[in-house]
Amino acid sequence: MTVLDHRDQADPDLVPGWLPGATAPRTDPAPLLPDAEPLRVLGTPAADKADPGLLRELYRRLVAGRRYNQQATTLTKQGRLAVYPASTGQEACQIAAALALREDDWLFPSYRDTLAVVARGVDPLQALTLLRGNAHTGYDPRATRTAPLCTPLATQVPHAVGLAHAARLAGDDTVALALLGDGGTSEGDFHEGLNFAAVLHAPVVFLVQNNGYAISVPLTRQSAAPTLAHKAVGYGMPGRLVDGNDAAAVHQVLTEAVERARNGGGPTLVEALTYRVEAHTNADDATRYRQADEVAAWQAHDPIRLLADALRERDLLDDQLVAEAAEEAEALAARMRAEFHADPDLDPMSLFAHVYAEPTQQLREQAAQLAAELAAEAEVHTR
Amino acid sequence: MTTVTREQHGLRTGTMAQALNTALRDAMRADASVHVLGEDVGALGGVFRITDGLTAEFGADRCLDTPLAEAGILGTAVGMAMYGLRPVVEMQFDAFAYPALEQLFSHVAKMRNRTAGKLPLPITVRVPYGGGIGGVEHHSDASEAYYAHTPGLHVVTPATVADAYGLLRESIASDDPVVFLEPKRLYWGKSEWDPAAGVEPIGKAVLRRPGTSAVLISYGPSLPVCLEAAEAAKAEGWDLAVLDLRSLVPFDEATACEVVRSLGRAVVVHEATGFGGAGAEIAARLTEKCFHHLAAPVLRVTGFDIPYPPPMLEHHHLPGVDRILDAVARLQWEE
Ligand SMILES: Cc1ncc(C[n+]2csc(CCOP(=O)(O)OP(=O)(O)O)c2C)c(N)n1
Ligand SMILES: [Mg+2]
Repeated sequence: MTVLDHRDQADPDLVPGWLPGATAPRTDPAPLLPDAEPLRVLGTPAADKADPGLLRELYRRLVAGRRYNQQATTLTKQGRLAVYPASTGQEACQIAAALALREDDWLFPSYRDTLAVVARGVDPLQALTLLRGNAHTGYDPRATRTAPLCTPLATQVPHAVGLAHAARLAGDDTVALALLGDGGTSEGDFHEGLNFAAVLHAPVVFLVQNNGYAISVPLTRQSAAPTLAHKAVGYGMPGRLVDGNDAAAVHQVLTEAVERARNGGGPTLVEALTYRVEAHTNADDATRYRQADEVAAWQAHDPIRLLADALRERDLLDDQLVAEAAEEAEALAARMRAEFHADPDLDPMSLFAHVYAEPTQQLREQAAQLAAELAAEAEVHTR
Repeated sequence: MTTVTREQHGLRTGTMAQALNTALRDAMRADASVHVLGEDVGALGGVFRITDGLTAEFGADRCLDTPLAEAGILGTAVGMAMYGLRPVVEMQFDAFAYPALEQLFSHVAKMRNRTAGKLPLPITVRVPYGGGIGGVEHHSDASEAYYAHTPGLHVVTPATVADAYGLLRESIASDDPVVFLEPKRLYWGKSEWDPAAGVEPIGKAVLRRPGTSAVLISYGPSLPVCLEAAEAAKAEGWDLAVLDLRSLVPFDEATACEVVRSLGRAVVVHEATGFGGAGAEIAARLTEKCFHHLAAPVLRVTGFDIPYPPPMLEHHHLPGVDRILDAVARLQWEE
């Protein structure tokens, strides 16, 4: 089992002009957390013990998720999506984590977490609305217990804490799961959120997908902590480290954290070690800041391959499952193409509809102005 | 105030992004106390490549990839400035500067005042701002009014390639903090400019186009739209002047009043929402100072009072030529 750790490879004296060097997965669990029984699923063959049905479901979903990432990226190149932050290589973290939730739990995703959102049951096409650019949020957060994709980094963290706190006040056993990236752990909201969670003993779980980079900035420049999971210690909650490319391990660690929260055990911080195989988004040029061999090393530790190997070892991966998973993935990609190659129905008046419960007098006037402009335009076109 | 030494680059054709990059490089060459810090400003050169090559030339100590925390970036810049450095901070996008507002409003803007002039903070905060680039939410805010409403901050925004260079050099040289707003949608427009030409110190508006009928007053991202509108207005029989404010703070009231008094009609144009926007201040001030010269109320053409729209709908929000001409038509022209 392998772990990303830039720190071992970083130039010890960060001289001016220092640039991140090539890094690769290494075989060594990260340092111990000061915890009585640190749960480091790294190196633990979680898939050996996992339920066969779960493993097969994870496999189908990961294969579909990979295809979804590819298709969405292609759609950006065709101008059909405004932008897409691919989670290629991170499918296991996102999907296995979301599957650890109960239907009435809540997910607080970041912009990269469309696969987690889809795994919650949100329609895969609606999950892309923000990135297509016709509306801000394409699904009903309350109906799906999934907060809008969050772009301002780490701002969703205290939201998850507050929701979990409110659920506990109401006597519900609902749990909130907040997703964020390694870069997001530097923001103040992350720290404030964790502190609140621990003080309030809120039923919330934080999953940091440490994919090695925040756009161009490698982890070594982001944090000097031994691991990001260590940050839990200072707030008084358990920190867990897991191989984020091992779907069964992620599912196990998240399930334990979620159940702990549900049973009154308070919050947990989980760091999942993974890798952002693609550029930050389609608009980014990753060759400016990382080497191809680093990417290749991580591709050898691919979450789908790891899962397939584990399934094969237990004789759970038959040709039928492989074929079905591939078929489902292709059907999903075809649905995406059909939907996104057509132009969406756009409603300019929607811009005024939801600013307030009741539009102000000024907004009503502005809406009328736009309506009049559009009517005049339509008249010119029909003439 | 450090002196702005101009390298003799000579006349060239380039984009606003390149001019900003050149300004940073020249400022860093001229003054070792100038330090750049922000997210992705190193190897990547910033998401808009404004800091491209700076780490390679000056090293990571002078152009620093920081951890991802805007309050931390600006707060650290305050301390650096207290120790004698001249930090230039990059905020990645308009809406991602908001975590830094605490540092900006409570410290950067006030430190000179709080210390009776003993501790000025020569910090430049560069903010790519505004829409029109097809960005998803939080990537297109026109946030100038928040800054302009905060005493102690200069608020500067270029609309031309030459000004991008000149105003950024002047901003970095200023001993007061400057919020330097870079209109993203003008980053890639090319024109001819000469770094050696220099600009006036910040606080001087410039007439981009003379005219005899009325004046369009604008700045930054809306300036080219106003020039386009002035061109289109000729067909309607109007000869429109266009005034580029270049900075909201200081507001060049003398120049604006002079133009408004001579023409008697004015429209203020910006893409930020209208309510409580810069245009409201400008229109009120011009009305107070030029009332007896006005043939019509000073009108505003602004974005609607709504959160910035998703990219497919943003063109409905942004002031365009038609909306500007509609406003000009309402300037009470007698038959
Ligand atoms: C408050 C804030 N600052 C800056 C940004 C711009 N930005 C978007 S993604 C990103 C990097 C985030 O890295 P990380 O948290 O590791 O998540 P990843 O993109 O790797 O999934 C940055 C700087 C932002 N969205 N919000
Ligand atoms: Mg990351």
